[in-house]
Amino acid sequence: MATAMEYKLTHKAYFDALKKNRLLGLKCKGCATITCPPKMTCQECTGTDLEVAELSGKGKIVTFTTSNVAPLGREVEAPYTIVLVELEEGPWIMGNLIDIDPSKVGMELMGRKVKLGFKVFPGDLYSAGEGVRPLFSFADDIH
Amino acid sequence: MRRVAIIGGGHTDFVFNSPKSGMELLAEASMDAITQSNLKPKDIQAIYCGNVLGDFSEGQGMIQSYLADDIGCFNVPASRFEGACASATMAIRDAYMWVASGYYDIVLACGTEKATAMGTALATRTFAMFSDGRYEYPCGISFPGIFAMLTHLYSSRYNIPLKKLKEILALVSVQSHIYGAKNPHAQFKKEITVEQVLRGFMVSSPLQLLDCCPFSDGAAALVLASEDVAKKLTNKPVYFAGVGQASSGKLSAQYKYLPRLRAREVAVKQSYDMSGLGPKDIDVCELHDCFSIASLIAAESLGFAEFGKSGELWEKGETKIGGKIPINISGGLKSKGHPIGATGASQVHDIVRQLRGELVDEGRQVEGAKIGMVDTLGGDGVIVNLILKVD
Repeated sequence: MATAMEYKLTHKAYFDALKKNRLLGLKCKGCATITCPPKMTCQECTGTDLEVAELSGKGKIVTFTTSNVAPLGREVEAPYTIVLVELEEGPWIMGNLIDIDPSKVGMELMGRKVKLGFKVFPGDLYSAGEGVRPLFSFADDIH
Repeated sequence: MRRVAIIGGGHTDFVFNSPKSGMELLAEASMDAITQSNLKPKDIQAIYCGNVLGDFSEGQGMIQSYLADDIGCFNVPASRFEGACASATMAIRDAYMWVASGYYDIVLACGTEKATAMGTALATRTFAMFSDGRYEYPCGISFPGIFAMLTHLYSSRYNIPLKKLKEILALVSVQSHIYGAKNPHAQFKKEITVEQVLRGFMVSSPLQLLDCCPFSDGAAALVLASEDVAKKLTNKPVYFAGVGQASSGKLSAQYKYLPRLRAREVAVKQSYDMSGLGPKDIDVCELHDCFSIASLIAAESLGFAEFGKSGELWEKGETKIGGKIPINISGGLKSKGHPIGATGASQVHDIVRQLRGELVDEGRQVEGAKIGMVDTLGGDGVIVNLILKVD
């Protein structure tokens, strides 16, 4: 029997949407804050009266790193660039950055406008199946 | 709540590739703590143990129960604490509470880790389990990666050019090695230079190899007792003055505060409020320097410097013995080593020795230290702070 309180947006539904290039979040009917990735409660006011909202997938890079050391099973991915992106709607999400040479990125990335794509992480022994990661590319024309 | 003291401690060497098992390390540190407290294993009423990755490194879960048996504390309640790198400090805080409440009089708090048995790739994978596995691990986030991103954010938020910040961070690692070289238990007993730090392999930009703590094997343990029991067993009890603990969400969910870690500010306020003390009262501090930038972020949240300004403490030598706030005189996680399940117990062990005045021979004594702060961070947001003092 299901619980009385269920997630409005499960990781499965969030990932399924991401695989169609759609970024979903939760909008709080109480305080209008957007929570993304999804949680049980509103990130701001802890309210549970939430509705699924489609986000623009646009934002700006607030920080980044290029990792030259990868965890077990992902060695072939290195080097790769990880970014935290502040979405237009407010929340930050983590993703990878493409369209660049990971070994050459620097502070000039800060503030760059990006748009959303996705890439499936097939999963490993410890991940309970696959995951889907946001894959950002530049949305501005600075080169 | 009654007063609680630490009355004895034990600490193994911190090493790469220890020939001993996690249990052997843990049992040796624990027996040293019990013996130094003038007690026998049968006197221990409960065990609080930090251990993070025994399941992965040795195929060993619930090591706390086997420890009880191994050292002859037969059938006592034994609990394992998992809060990533803060596990042992969590264990110590809970141990404190059970004695303070009057439920127990004498308990053992300890921690152990044998991380190097995993090798770098599996260790990197398992350490990454202490970030959000569902939404952030798919991006390939690693522990250095989190602090690397905080470094760029720190540079941008506080308007410190990255090159300048990197030079300050190098000073943090250099200082850790100065004291680690004097600590017989340290994994790296040699000094390093700023140039060496800035020449190192780029692990996760902008953090280079010597900005990062190592993988380590080791254990540490402490015996806690109520004040009346403590006074019968030792003439050098070190008392808990304040404790605090807080948690946080995944890194991205902390967006309103980064590069500050809000949980630390919550936890340390609890410990300051409880003790009636403030940052200016702290004579010596062991803080969580898993990466060089982590020291700056921690020092600010603990109240030792304004936000964005803590680099000056290291630049001016204020974090050395004789400075305004001596920090990580053990060598810190960077030089002493970081066996994650044991680290908090190791930090407490070093502060206890500072407050007892036992580090003169090692050339690491902060003269006249009466009040010490312990700060431990687990993952991207479990924080425990302890304030210890002598009367």
